[in-house]
Amino acid sequence: MNKTTQHTPDPALVKQQIWKILEEVNDPEVPVLSVIDLGIVRDVVFNDYQYEVVITPTYSGCPAMDIISMNIRLKLMEYGYKDVKVKQVLSPAWTTDWMSEAGKEKLKAFGIAPPNPKQQVCSTALFADESVQCPRCSSYNTTRISEFGSTACKSLYRCENCKEPFDYFKCH
Amino acid sequence: MQSTYQLIKCTLHLADNALILSQRNSEWCGHGPVLEQDIAITNISLDLLGQAKNFYAYAAALYNGFSDDEKNATDHLIPRPWKNYGRELNEDDLAFLRDENQYLNFLMPELPRGDWAFTILRQFFFSAWQYDLYTNLIKSPDATIAAIADKSLKEVTYHLRWSSEWVIRLGDGTDESHARMQNAVDDLWMYTGEMFEPFIDEALAPDSDTKLLQQSWVNRVKNIFDEANLGMPVSGWMQTGGTSGRHTEHLGYILAEMQYIQRTFPNATW
Repeated sequence: MNKTTQHTPDPALVKQQIWKILEEVNDPEVPVLSVIDLGIVRDVVFNDYQYEVVITPTYSGCPAMDIISMNIRLKLMEYGYKDVKVKQVLSPAWTTDWMSEAGKEKLKAFGIAPPNPKQQVCSTALFADESVQCPRCSSYNTTRISEFGSTACKSLYRCENCKEPFDYFKCH
Repeated sequence: MQSTYQLIKCTLHLADNALILSQRNSEWCGHGPVLEQDIAITNISLDLLGQAKNFYAYAAALYNGFSDDEKNATDHLIPRPWKNYGRELNEDDLAFLRDENQYLNFLMPELPRGDWAFTILRQFFFSAWQYDLYTNLIKSPDATIAAIADKSLKEVTYHLRWSSEWVIRLGDGTDESHARMQNAVDDLWMYTGEMFEPFIDEALAPDSDTKLLQQSWVNRVKNIFDEANLGMPVSGWMQTGGTSGRHTEHLGYILAEMQYIQRTFPNATW
């Protein structure tokens, strides 16, 4: 096809479409969250019919990153974006502060307590008592069972009010 | 050329430390004293594995971009089997195909996992070292090293807090847990001096004065030991050698287990 006669899409519009499509790509480990909710998509670059999605890992050893990269490419392919690269960057380091408010609501509805704002407990202070709200009954009368949970991004809590155990998406 | 050589050596050193401790800690998978702590130590393993992967990927990228002279100077650090592969070096080659004397980690991470007290104390000593070092490396003029340090420091903060709390719980716990923790202190202390021998290139970590790092580490350890009712050892003989490739007999065994598949089925993926 002759490039000069080809209709050139508006880059801003294309980017906007891609951001929208990425809302359909979910985190394989916390499937209620999209990669947008999670805040791991840092940029979408559109240059000369090449698309690049820039993502950042939540944790250094997060085993989901390769699957997320593949799912992003597959999803964009469904919408006809064939030449897509997914680039991983480390800096600036991901923080739970980048999680969307919608994402936090979805987590809570799913039974996972959303992360507290970062400043609460992210230091070396020992035996810190972080108040975490039970996602089921909303009580703050909760106890930490373990700092580490089923995935790198979660810790285990128990609600002393409704007696249910739950995951807390820890601040990072 | 000297500086690129130092850079790749330091990067491998940081990667090797993280990888070997990750591999050791992962031995607890399914064997932890209680389920929650089994999950904790293997989560820490996973973080360390991720950090190692990032450093190895950088070391491989550095090597692939080297001039012939630089490649020759680095040759003794590069895995021999890879040289017949006819493709660019990658992070897996560096982890799975190097020989024992090419590893530049400290001796402490390669020691057998011991009991839970030993594992906890080693993690605490190691995380305390990583914490101050990575805090400095964030200011490194090398952007990739700074980015990996920045990313890793958040995880290390968590590891340091978790291991500090457990040193206190066990040291200040029952007679049995106290005795085991004190034994671990006695066994591990002579491997701590190696962490403060000058090795990390000054150009890489501008504010990294080894003496200051050591002072900060000792203060941190002393504070926790005071809480834990553990006696601070008097400095004595320090065993070294890891950073120049002279390892304990334990490293060979850990590599044999870890590298078996890649050496038996080269380039296997799954």
